[in-house]
Amino acid sequence: MVVWTDQERACIQDIFSKLNYEVAGPKALQRALIVYPWTQRYFASFGNLYNAEAIMSNPKVAAHGVVVLHGLDRAMKNMDDIKNTYAELSVLHSEKLHVDPDNFRLLADCLTIVIAANMGTSFTADVQAAWQKFLAVVVSALRRQYH
Amino acid sequence: MLSNTEKELIVQIWDKMIPVAEDIGSEALLRMFTTFPKTKTYFSHLDISPRSDHLRCHGKKIVQALAEGARNISTLTTTLAPLSRFHAYQLRIHPTNFKLLNHCILVTLACYMGENFTPVAHAAIDKYLSAFSAVLAEKFR
Repeated sequence: MVVWTDQERACIQDIFSKLNYEVAGPKALQRALIVYPWTQRYFASFGNLYNAEAIMSNPKVAAHGVVVLHGLDRAMKNMDDIKNTYAELSVLHSEKLHVDPDNFRLLADCLTIVIAANMGTSFTADVQAAWQKFLAVVVSALRRQYH
Repeated sequence: MLSNTEKELIVQIWDKMIPVAEDIGSEALLRMFTTFPKTKTYFSHLDISPRSDHLRCHGKKIVQALAEGARNISTLTTTLAPLSRFHAYQLRIHPTNFKLLNHCILVTLACYMGENFTPVAHAAIDKYLSAFSAVLAEKFR
């Protein structure tokens, strides 16, 4: 079972409270699709992903980015049982979407970069460590139902 | 594969980091030690507490090497040959650790550059750091 210190909980709640889901979600997904282009394989139905400009102005990418962040919101609200909170999402990603779980970490890293760019110096090393621990738990929960 | 535009972008960004090499380098290292504590095992011979002289000095060396590599991207293997030998035969760092430092360098750049750390800049720097690490790990076996 994951043990969270009070400081870690506070850090993560604080980050989410400052996050604009409608802005950060799209930015993170756009970044993943641009920096790690192989992730585009899962979004063939999204239309034009031909270059960075196309990706950044693609409305389906933006909408999906918001969906992803609302998914993370659920993990934040259930920090003590992310494993079970994400059981169905894990099955969805493995059995219906067939996403290589190694890609979850890439999207997580891109979200971290978006948050870092937004928070600047207040995204200290300790805050980063707490945030990455949270994302590691999320990614691990999403990987669980892959058989 | 780096386009000419990306190579120029990489040089521009690293040139801006040279005057603040100590700040950027030490911050990236500190982030790595805090988020991935196992990386500290390679630094038992140094004082790596925040703001220590060792941390700032070591951080500066890393940023300067990255800046020099950026100006010689097409000849990275030759430029980095001494560093490559050093990492292979003396430091013998487990290769997965390069990715951890690379990630923390990206986070540091993002905090520093804010919106200017665009997705295109991020992609270019990530590719450069991967190429740089590959050269450093080349002689491992």
